[in-house]
Amino acid sequence: MKGGFRVCPTTSLRVHRQADGLIKANAVVATVSLLVGGITGLLVLLTRWQAVHLLDAVMFYRVLTIHGMSMLIFFIIFFEMAVLYFAGPVLLNSRVPAPKLGWSMFWLMLLGAVMVEWTMFTGRADVLFTSYVPLKAHPLFYLGVILFAVGTLITVAIFFGSLVVAKREKTYEGSVPLVTYGAIAAAIIAVITLVHGAAIYIPTFFWSIGIGNVDPQVYRMVWWGLGHSSQQINVAAMVAVWYLLGALTVGSAVINEKISRTAFVLYILFISMASAHHLLVDPGMGPTWKVVNTSYFMYMAVLASMIHGFTVPAGIEVGQRVRGFTKGMFEWLRRAPWGDPGFSALVFSVIIFGFVGGITGVTFGTEQINIIAHNTLRIPGHFHATVVAGTALAFMGVTYYVIPLIFRKKVAFWSLAKIQPYLFAFGMLIFSVAMTFAGTFGIPRRHWDMTFSDALFDLQFSPAANLVVTVMALGGLIAALGGAIYILVTVWSVFLGQPMEGDATYVDARSS
Amino acid sequence: MHTGVESPRGVWWKPAHKAEKVWVVLAFAWCMVLFAMMPLWHWKGGQNPSGIRARVEPEAYRARTEEFIATYQVGEEENGIPIVEPPPGSDVYLLGQMWLWTPSLRLQKDVEYTLHLSSVDVNHGFSLYPFNINFQVVPGYDYGLRVTPTEAGDFRIVCNEFCGVGHHVMVGRVEVIDPAAAAERDESEPEEAQDLTLNAPDEGGEGDR
Ligand code: HEM
Ligand SMILES: [Cu+2]
Ligand SMILES: [Cu+2]
Repeated sequence: MKGGFRVCPTTSLRVHRQADGLIKANAVVATVSLLVGGITGLLVLLTRWQAVHLLDAVMFYRVLTIHGMSMLIFFIIFFEMAVLYFAGPVLLNSRVPAPKLGWSMFWLMLLGAVMVEWTMFTGRADVLFTSYVPLKAHPLFYLGVILFAVGTLITVAIFFGSLVVAKREKTYEGSVPLVTYGAIAAAIIAVITLVHGAAIYIPTFFWSIGIGNVDPQVYRMVWWGLGHSSQQINVAAMVAVWYLLGALTVGSAVINEKISRTAFVLYILFISMASAHHLLVDPGMGPTWKVVNTSYFMYMAVLASMIHGFTVPAGIEVGQRVRGFTKGMFEWLRRAPWGDPGFSALVFSVIIFGFVGGITGVTFGTEQINIIAHNTLRIPGHFHATVVAGTALAFMGVTYYVIPLIFRKKVAFWSLAKIQPYLFAFGMLIFSVAMTFAGTFGIPRRHWDMTFSDALFDLQFSPAANLVVTVMALGGLIAALGGAIYILVTVWSVFLGQPMEGDATYVDARSS
Repeated sequence: MHTGVESPRGVWWKPAHKAEKVWVVLAFAWCMVLFAMMPLWHWKGGQNPSGIRARVEPEAYRARTEEFIATYQVGEEENGIPIVEPPPGSDVYLLGQMWLWTPSLRLQKDVEYTLHLSSVDVNHGFSLYPFNINFQVVPGYDYGLRVTPTEAGDFRIVCNEFCGVGHHVMVGRVEVIDPAAAAERDESEPEEAQDLTLNAPDEGGEGDR
C-alpha cells in the first residue's frame, strides 16, 4: 500500500497518505448516513406533527428505526473513526500503522451497516434501534451490528497502534496534544462499550436463529451498557473536537493541561455507571442498585463536563486576547470570528450541550424525576440537545476544516456555510426544548398517534400539547434546513469543489 | 502558551490558575450536593420507583390475572375488557399484551394497593394519564408497586414502550372512586352504592405474595 507524507501548508503537520485516505472514506460514509438519517428524521417529524401526520403507522416505526440507527450509530461512529485517524496519525505527524487492516475494517463496517440498512428498509427489522428482545428482527440485522462493531473495535486498536508507533519513531516531542488525549479517552470508552455490545448482540443473534434464549431484563441492562457508554464516546469525542475547533479557529489556549486531562480521566472512570439511569423504573433492579449507580459515580462524570464547560470558553478568551483583542471585558467575544462556521458551531455546541442537554440529563437521571420523564418525549428532547446540537453540530463545525485541510478543496457556497450552524443550532434548540415540554404532558416517545383515534378508550391531550408539538415541528424544520445545507456544502465541495492551492504531493519519508 | 493540537513540552502538571480552581471546587461541591440528594430523597421523598420485584413466568402471570379478574369482576365488560374492583389493600394485577391492558381497574381513593405489572409478550410501558407516571413493563418480571390513588377520576393507561405496529392503540382504563362522595350519593342512588359495600372489607389477595 502506498505511503509517503505531505506537509500541510496551513498547519505544517506531516500528513500520511493513508491517514488522508481513511479520513476521507470514513467522512464520506458518515455524510451519506447523515443524509439517510436526515431524510428519515424529516419524515418522522412530519408524522409526529399531528397536523400533517404524513406516514402510516407501519412506515412510521420503520422509518424511525432507520433514523435512529443511521444517525446515532452509523453517522456518529463513522465520523468518530475519521476523528481517530486525525487525532492519532495526523496530529502526531505519524503514519497509519496497519493501513491494509484499516481499510479492511472500513469495508467490514460498511458491510455491517449495509446489512443493517437492508433489513430495516425491507421491513425485516421494525424493532427500533434499541431492539429490545423479545421483539425480533431478521438475524442479519444483529449480524450486521456485530460486524460493524468488530470493525470499529479493530479500528480503535489501530488508533492505539498509531500512538505506539508515533512514540517509538519519535514523531512528536513531549506529551501527546490535548486533542489526542481526548481521543484516547474516547477510544478507551469505546473498548468498554464494544465489549458490552458483544456481550449482548452475540447471544441475541443466536437467539434470532433459534439457539438459546435472552432474558428481556438482562438484555436491557447489558444493552444500555452499550447504548449509554456509546454516548460517552460521543461526549469525549465532542470535547476533543471542541479543543480542536478552538485551536483551529482562534488559537485557543489550553489553560491548564492538568485540569483538562484529569477531566478526561474522570469520563473514563465514571461514565459506565451512568447507564443505570435508563433502568430507573425497571422491575429488575432494586433501590440500592439504582441509587448507587446513579448518584455516586455519575456525578464525577458530570464534574468532568462542568470542567470542560469552563476551560473551553476560557481557552477561547485567552486565545483571543493573545491575538490582540484585549479591550474591556468582552472585546474578545465581540470580535470573535462569528462568520467562521467552525467557530459558531463550537460556541453553540458548548452552550446547547451544556445548558439544555446537561441540565435535562442530570435531572432525568434522578430516581424520582425519571418516573415522570421515562419514555415520554422528554427523552428524545434531551438527547437531541446532547448528541445532535452538541456532538453532531461540533462534527459539522470541524468538517469546514476537514474539507480544506484533508480533502484539499475550498468550501463551496461559503455564504450558506456561514449561516449553516446558526440555522441548525437555532432549529435544534427550539426543537429539543419544545420536545422536552411536550413530554411533560405525558406524550409518549416513539408513538404514531397522539390523538389515539383507534384506541379502545378515548384520550385527549390538552390543546396546549398540540401547540407545543407544532412549535417542535417548526424548530425541527429549521434544523432540517440547516442539515440539508450542510450536506449540500460538503458534498459539493468534496466532489465538485475547487482544489486548494499549495503543494500536496506525498513524499516518501525515507527519501526526504 | 500552546493550543490543544500542540504537544506540551516538559512537565505539564502545573498548579491551576485561581479562577479555574474556584470553578472546580464549586462544581465539585455542587456535584456532592446532588450526590447526597439521591439517597436522601429516596428515604425522605417517599416516591420511589422501586417496589416488590419477582420473576414470574408469563403464563403464570396470566393465570394470576385471570384469577384476579374472576374474583373481583364487577358489572359488564367495557370494549371487551372486564372491569375489576378489588378490595382495599389488595394485590391488583394488570397485564400488558399486544395491544391491550387487562383488566380495567376501579380503585378507591386514599386506599393503598399493591399494583402488579407484567407482560406476556414483549416490553410495554405503563404511563398513567394525565399524571404522567411511567414504569417499564418487562415480560418475565412482576413489578409490584405500592400505590395510593389520591384523586378520584377517570384515568388512562398509555403504552409508552414500542411494542409493535399496534403500540399506539394500546390504552387502558383506571377509574378511581371516592367512597365518601359515593356514600353521600347513597341517599339518592342506593343501587350504585351496593357494589361498593359488597367488596369493601375483604383482606384477600395478600396471600399469594
Ligand atoms: C434535523 C435533524 C433531525 C430531526 C428533524 C430529528 C427528528 C426526530 C424525531 C421527530 C424523532 C422522533 C421522536 C419520537 O417519536 O420518539 C427523532 C428520534 C431520534 N433521533 Fe432525531 N432528528 C434529527 C437529527 C438527529 C441526529 C443528528 C441524531 C443523532 C446523531 C438523531 C438521533 C435520534 C435518535 C437516536 C432518535 C430515537 C429513535 C427511537 O426512539 O428509536 N436525530 N428524531
Ligand atoms: Cu404496549
Ligand atoms: Cu407499546
